[in-house]
Amino acid sequence: MPRINSPSELERLREETRGKRDPNKPCITLCSGTACHASDSESVSEAFGRALKEKGLEGEIDLRRTGCHGFCERGPLVVIYPEEICYTRVKPEDALEIVQSVREKKVVDCLLYTDPVTGARIKREPKIPFYENQQRIVFGPNRWIDPKNIEDYLFLGGYRALSKALFEMSPEQVLEEIKKANLRGRGGGGFPAGRKWEETKKTPREPKYVIVNCDEGDPGAYMDRSLMEGNPHSVLEGLIIGAYTIGSHEGFVYVRQEYPLAVENLEIALKQAEEYGFLGENILGSEFSFRVKIHRGAGAFVSGESSALMNAIEGRLGEPRMKYIHTAVSGIKDRPSCLNNVETWATVPLIINKGAEWFNSIGTDKSKGTKIFSLVGKVNNTGLVEVPMGMTLRQIIYDIGGGIAKGEKFKGVQTGGPSGGIIPEQYLDTPVDFDELTKLGSIMGSGGMVVMDENTCMVDTARYFINFCCEESCGKCIPCREGLRLLREILNDICEGKGKENDIELIEDIAETMRDASFCALGTTAANPVLTTLKYFGDEYETHIKEKRCPAKFCKNLINYWIDSEKCQACMICLRNCPTEAIQGGKNLLHWIVQEKCIKCGICYEVCPPRFGAVVKLSGEPVPPPPAPGTEVVRKEGG
Amino acid sequence: MKEELVTLKIDDKEVKAKKGMTILEAAKEAGIEIPTLCYHEKLAPYGACRICSVDVERKGRVHVVAACGYPVEQGLVVRTRSPRIDRIRKTIIELVSCTIMVDGDVVGEIRVLADEYKADIHRFESRFRASPTRCILCGQCVRYCSEVIGIHVIGFVGRGVDRRVVFFPQRAQFCPTCQECFYLCPTGKIAAETAGDTFPGFSIDDYLSGKMLIK
Repeated sequence: MPRINSPSELERLREETRGKRDPNKPCITLCSGTACHASDSESVSEAFGRALKEKGLEGEIDLRRTGCHGFCERGPLVVIYPEEICYTRVKPEDALEIVQSVREKKVVDCLLYTDPVTGARIKREPKIPFYENQQRIVFGPNRWIDPKNIEDYLFLGGYRALSKALFEMSPEQVLEEIKKANLRGRGGGGFPAGRKWEETKKTPREPKYVIVNCDEGDPGAYMDRSLMEGNPHSVLEGLIIGAYTIGSHEGFVYVRQEYPLAVENLEIALKQAEEYGFLGENILGSEFSFRVKIHRGAGAFVSGESSALMNAIEGRLGEPRMKYIHTAVSGIKDRPSCLNNVETWATVPLIINKGAEWFNSIGTDKSKGTKIFSLVGKVNNTGLVEVPMGMTLRQIIYDIGGGIAKGEKFKGVQTGGPSGGIIPEQYLDTPVDFDELTKLGSIMGSGGMVVMDENTCMVDTARYFINFCCEESCGKCIPCREGLRLLREILNDICEGKGKENDIELIEDIAETMRDASFCALGTTAANPVLTTLKYFGDEYETHIKEKRCPAKFCKNLINYWIDSEKCQACMICLRNCPTEAIQGGKNLLHWIVQEKCIKCGICYEVCPPRFGAVVKLSGEPVPPPPAPGTEVVRKEGG
Repeated sequence: MKEELVTLKIDDKEVKAKKGMTILEAAKEAGIEIPTLCYHEKLAPYGACRICSVDVERKGRVHVVAACGYPVEQGLVVRTRSPRIDRIRKTIIELVSCTIMVDGDVVGEIRVLADEYKADIHRFESRFRASPTRCILCGQCVRYCSEVIGIHVIGFVGRGVDRRVVFFPQRAQFCPTCQECFYLCPTGKIAAETAGDTFPGFSIDDYLSGKMLIK
């Protein structure tokens, strides 16, 4: 591909690409993001290849492997264009039938999404409630783009914003636009990107650096990953525009090595962008030159902290530095360095193309635009969702997420990862934006949203996050390191029924010191999961400590499994599956659990047929005595 | 070139300091004491112990900052003691005491600070289940060896609660046996346990984990 040397050449190329593509030509798109990959979209892709070949339709129907569409719960996802027919959980053996149906302009009904409420089969992707209630401006193009093919991105108008910035706007004008748009950092802090850019720009030292933070590490969050995997050019385009604005000629993308597909697609994108002249010397024929290097992170949560990340790029230990002077002023090699999150950079081209006013029309008063969330946990529709700021938690969890899985009751939603908190039911109508979630003691963070039902123990959840930070903190400062260590022990004790009366006071004291005195934001926020659960689910702590009871019946040391003699049908299933042979009884004889042998693995509870429901969890109550040995079962009708 | 001076207030005392100085340095010059555990004048500010936390008032808001790293500013108002600062220092002493407890007590600078801030060094003791390393990870030995001596014989390994100081076996031959690190240690650990010997050929970690017996 020849280098593009001017905006008009870019538009000419775009027209040529458009001319080559018939909008009515059928195209089978297959989601090949990480989640669909895990549910074997690779084999589905091969099956489509074979099916097209077998039917001799290779020239008539296009096959495109795209990035993540978002509805990971139902993957692998296939969408047929131009009709936008969406098939879910597609298996390799469905390929032939789908190919056939595309040719005959028919629909394979059994693969359509069925609305669990109405029972109706929904044909078109945008009409599926999961998608219908979203506003996918940043994440949306993922579903049309083969991330390994720059032409797909160009076809959709890619690099037009860069061309506009370079040839129609001065760096100051671009900065003004970003400031006017009130774009706030999507990585968690919500710091205004424009102000950060300005700080780096006006610091007189050279060279200046711009950096993409793709060190996403929150448990359960994968939006940055999917954006980088699915649409790397959108991130690069934003970064190049930022570099032009700030006056930087060297950039870095810090990406986790554990994201192999993101690294691969990014490498391809960089190479293509260089070939086309979007990167390198005299970009698009302008005076501006800019290069990007990839830095592969070695998997450290703390390296997502800006100064730790910059230390890592310099080849030092990935631990934070003192930031009393901002990294925007003194970052990599003590030079001004502007770091933004993947999603923030990917939003920049949209603002340049459509203007700050358009961006400001979306969202709330102080949080503009949309945000991608990774909606996971005990919710029916797990996946990645992009919604305008200000949508309520309830709308996200119920309208998009389809409510709580298995008909259970909602208990809380964890937002913002280990730095965030758990929000209870009474705040479900809170509009989600940077400030509202902070008011509740949580944060929006980078967009993790873990839904929990009544079977989740909140003390255990807090313990989980503290344990995560114990391993992921750098361990440099005393409040964070020793505070986490002791919080973990105290929470372990509470979960094991060894909690003491004054534990809450100890926890609060440690948490307060961590918040006030820790070195970096990891430490100052690490106690948030504990503080929010104490605030909203304090009675659960009390019950664990005083009554030695776990209300969610989750904490192993505080529960017993017991077989209800009235319900047991002596089916032998639990007895056969018990790994410690703790279950006594036999054929036609009532089963019972020898408590001393029970390791509380919960297998009996899982395998007992729901129509019997004989295995019960008890907490805080005595285990009733077992039936006399050899008691015969009383068969229920139809049992 | 004339050095630029800024005026700030530390504990109601007007203090003039050179631009680029830290609060800790400015306070020192003014004869105001701020406790430290990881600070060393020959080393770059590190900010790990957080004992030097002070209140600073800026634009009407009070923040807690580490005095060892925070640069002085014109008009800055610093308070080296306040109920919050005292509470922070007390809790830090209580937290760190667990890791350095020997025979039910702590020694050196931390003993002095525990008295000063009325810290209950046994407060978290029953919850501390790791083996006391007798090391507070202030990193003075590590940093002195690299920043001043330039040999990098000692370093950190591990992350989070597993972070520890080790004597890198591969670098052992370069140890100048200067013993300087012995005397930096705020818990007196290295000097006490080596009894004046040069750094031996095994890991400092062996000392710190208590595996090696005190001579």
